[in-house]
Amino acid sequence: MTAVAEPASSPAGEFGRSRARKEDAHLITGRSRWTGNLTLPGMLHMAVLRSPLAHARITGIDVSEAKSMPGVVAVYTGADLAEEQGDLPSAWPITPDMKKPPAPALAVDTVNFAGDAVAVVLARSDYEAHDALEGIDVDYEDLPVVLDLESAAAEGSELVHPDLGTNVSATWKLDSGEAGSGGDVEQAIAEAESSPDGIVVRRTLRQQRLVPAFMEPRAVVVDPNAQQATMWSSTQIPHILKLMLAMTLGIPEHKLRVIAPDVGGGFGGKLQVTPEEVLTLLTARRLGKPVKYAESRSESMQAAHHGRAQLQKLTLAAKRDGTVTGMKVELLADMGAYMRLLSPGIPVLGAFMFNGIYKIPAYHFSCSPVFTSKVPTDAYRGAGRPEATFGIERMMSELAAELGIDPLEIREKNWITHEEFPFNTVSGLTYDTGNYEAATARARELFGYDALRREQAERRERKDPVQLGIGVSTFTEMCGLAPSRVLGSLDYGAGGWEHAQVRMLPTGKVEVVTGISPHGQGHVTGFSQVVADRLGVPFDDVEIIHGDTQSAPKGLDTYGSRSLTVGGVAVAHAVATVIAKARPIAAHMMECAEDDLEFTEGRFQVRGTEKAVGITDVALAVFAAHDMPEGVEPSLDSDVTYDPENFSFPHGTHLCAVEVDTETGRVELRSYVAVDDVGRVVNPMLVEGQVHGGLAQGIAQALFEEAVYDESGTLLSGSFAEYLIPTAADLPSFTTDRTETPATSNTLGVKGVGEAGTIASTPAVVNAVLDAVRQFGVRDIDMPCTPMRVWKAIQEGAR
Amino acid sequence: MIPSAFDYVAPETLDDAVRALADAGDDAKIIAGGQSLTPVLRLRMNDPSVVIDLGRIPALRGVRDDGDALVIGAMTTHHDILHEPLVREHALLIAEATATIADPQIRHRGTFGGSLAHADPAGDLLASALALGAEMTIAGPNGRRQVAAAEFFEDLFTTSLQPDEILVDIRVPKHSGWTAHYEKFNRTAQAWSIVAVAAAVRVDGGAIAEARVALTNMASVPVRARGVEEALVGRAADAATIRDAAERAAEGTSPAVDGNADADFRSHLARVLTSRAVTAAAGV
Repeated sequence: MTAVAEPASSPAGEFGRSRARKEDAHLITGRSRWTGNLTLPGMLHMAVLRSPLAHARITGIDVSEAKSMPGVVAVYTGADLAEEQGDLPSAWPITPDMKKPPAPALAVDTVNFAGDAVAVVLARSDYEAHDALEGIDVDYEDLPVVLDLESAAAEGSELVHPDLGTNVSATWKLDSGEAGSGGDVEQAIAEAESSPDGIVVRRTLRQQRLVPAFMEPRAVVVDPNAQQATMWSSTQIPHILKLMLAMTLGIPEHKLRVIAPDVGGGFGGKLQVTPEEVLTLLTARRLGKPVKYAESRSESMQAAHHGRAQLQKLTLAAKRDGTVTGMKVELLADMGAYMRLLSPGIPVLGAFMFNGIYKIPAYHFSCSPVFTSKVPTDAYRGAGRPEATFGIERMMSELAAELGIDPLEIREKNWITHEEFPFNTVSGLTYDTGNYEAATARARELFGYDALRREQAERRERKDPVQLGIGVSTFTEMCGLAPSRVLGSLDYGAGGWEHAQVRMLPTGKVEVVTGISPHGQGHVTGFSQVVADRLGVPFDDVEIIHGDTQSAPKGLDTYGSRSLTVGGVAVAHAVATVIAKARPIAAHMMECAEDDLEFTEGRFQVRGTEKAVGITDVALAVFAAHDMPEGVEPSLDSDVTYDPENFSFPHGTHLCAVEVDTETGRVELRSYVAVDDVGRVVNPMLVEGQVHGGLAQGIAQALFEEAVYDESGTLLSGSFAEYLIPTAADLPSFTTDRTETPATSNTLGVKGVGEAGTIASTPAVVNAVLDAVRQFGVRDIDMPCTPMRVWKAIQEGAR
Repeated sequence: MIPSAFDYVAPETLDDAVRALADAGDDAKIIAGGQSLTPVLRLRMNDPSVVIDLGRIPALRGVRDDGDALVIGAMTTHHDILHEPLVREHALLIAEATATIADPQIRHRGTFGGSLAHADPAGDLLASALALGAEMTIAGPNGRRQVAAAEFFEDLFTTSLQPDEILVDIRVPKHSGWTAHYEKFNRTAQAWSIVAVAAAVRVDGGAIAEARVALTNMASVPVRARGVEEALVGRAADAATIRDAAERAAEGTSPAVDGNADADFRSHLARVLTSRAVTAAAGV
């Protein structure tokens, strides 16, 4: 770790300590509680019949055979549930005139993607439920299938939803000239084009469709008979889910409880209110029995939301010395067949990040969500920000290549310098802190940049069949979603605050309630460290309570790298409140003035004396309440709702070396250096884990993963045999390091790390591949850069 | 995993297995490790009424020396083949190809005979069996018969095994003193071969005395690259010879088209990989 700015001292030394995860013992010894393993007395199993067709009218459904099959209790179609199933929620109307089709949980008249739910079977066993799916006979009448994003957006395209009259749902714009945050981009482009000192680089880049591919497929269990109808779901968002189910289905909110037990990953894929959750709840209520739904992996790939899927038309204007003068972004974003919870907002989040870490004087962004006959898209690790970072970082490398300037040099020429923070960006954000110079210098050193450039030149010189490519990517991202007023200005349907309670128990142990909903990250460990650090109690004396709307009643859950930056800060504030409540009591116990007390390492000490009481002593005194100061309540509990004032802005510089076998097109990662600045670090091991996993996922987008449909709209990459997720065997040993520039936007100085690795690694790898083959005339290769694509690009470029 | 219901039979002798298969009728399936059948059942791409497990028949396992050939029991796992010195000594190509299969867990379950009988054109052992001129011993209600590898593989997932027959063992002529290499090309370590090349050569006094080259996934069945073999035999074992010979690798193939490769790219890969496989095999 390279210290750039000294962190504030942590008395109990918990910050910066790589503690082993509290969560691991039960997870790795088979004592976990996955929703799919939950069994309730009398529980029925639900299986979903899915449309094999991408777009069709349902002309008839015969369920009579299925109903008579062994173990079957009920079969429901869309017609049966039409009255009560409502419309699946879409909480982000990006424009007032945004077009949105109805989104029933069970298709009523038409199916709009292959995998759309058509009927459900409720049976006494999972096997009988699946057997009975074969007893349902559906008649379909084919409708035109709309697959290609660009053609879907064009005039005269066949329509996914004819009632809307178009496939283009809306157009959302941000223009720096109009907003007053910068100049007029058209003028910048015109000047660059007309001036001999100017250059304009245009590229159309493609973000392929990705499958979030969380480790635990989705599962949901509903017990309708509990005091509150109770849903266990493998979700990232128990609180939002509860609220949305109540609003969508008209169930009184106080009659519903949602529990997220152990959840095996999400990556945004479980930031959703799913048709399956709605159907499990509705059928359980109808039948008065607990119902479980647990999807298979192939069902998950076919029906759970996908991510990315954009076409980016990018125009970069610059001077020939490498100074960028303007950036224009025109996006088409593939929504798939429906708007899910945040679908249209995902590309809009990218609007604020296409300027990256750079001072770009003029900027224009426009984005059109477009319907296609495919699985709906929504949040996937990074959600809009990886797409934006890919766009700007690919373009910066293209500009460098066009001008013959080193890609690191051109970035340095344009980035915001350390002295310029806080910095108001052209897209309207205020970056609080950053030190791009330090992170880049460290990355360059660890990577051995100059030596690799020399080797690259030698290999080119001797026409080695294996060519070396060096890829650069910087990034920053808006983390810690989010200041509620900003979300409001973007027409998002909720705020971005977070809730925490700290309860000091009589024995000095501490219960902490958070509205954050961990699903693999290690929040229980990290938050325990924050509390131990601030309250001066032992790490093991802290219990973190989460993921159940009964015991953790208020919260906005986990996504957008917000858990520590918003939820953790809320916890720290709740601890501070406890200390403030304890102070007059401690003063009373020691018969001194409050101002004479100093709180360090869990003790109130009378300044300049040895006299002290521990917070634990105060807790016991409060419990007894025999001798409280006048007017002070006997409680060391606190309840805080924290709304951040600004986003946090982690950043980093990633360097990647690839070897491209020009005879086969195969890309081999040779080395990868990631230097990230995520602000102050609570647990370096957890940070490392997030970065490693993020890198793997980002590299996967560059080289391996793609959800592919055939011309009829059938998902071809429907299993892990076709949808290639890299394993450790496919990745190099990563070199990771950090600089530490504390955030000034929150009291902990933390910035968030959940998405960082995913964001920078994709452009770093693609830039490296292009750096290796640019000599053959190649300017772009669609992701994933498969051997065939790379080899063909070389053949065509070399022509 | 939600397959349809099926009966499960686990006979302990080959005769019992043949009988069980005859009794079960046409829609029985044999499980010989389950690395391919399990996903097929899970996805309900096939719903057999009976699954007959060959895993409890000791006679079907193991490798024995039978004079001028090795006899490999159909139920010998990939792991056991990798750790059998006889295979390395007399059929190095099979050891090399086996080493590229998936991961240790799968190699402990999957079997040599199971893989050959499944006849997936991307399966890595078919080409080696073909290149080395293996012979399949097949048992059925009317006794046993022998089928050469070249006749055994008939089409995509189709062999000359009849519905009432079981693959018993694979007789591989000894290729002692031959060197070999299996050049596999796939996108991730766990992925199927896009194309792969099995090459075995006997180099004598700096010249290639004999050569066997076969291709994985260049047709619906494994294909011998006879043009390459012809161009190698009798010539100096050097880079130029190998490069020229490899140019003939795609002759007579009919490669499939999928998302990973079109026919052009597969043919190109066959040439490049053949050159690499023979180079590695010959130690050039």
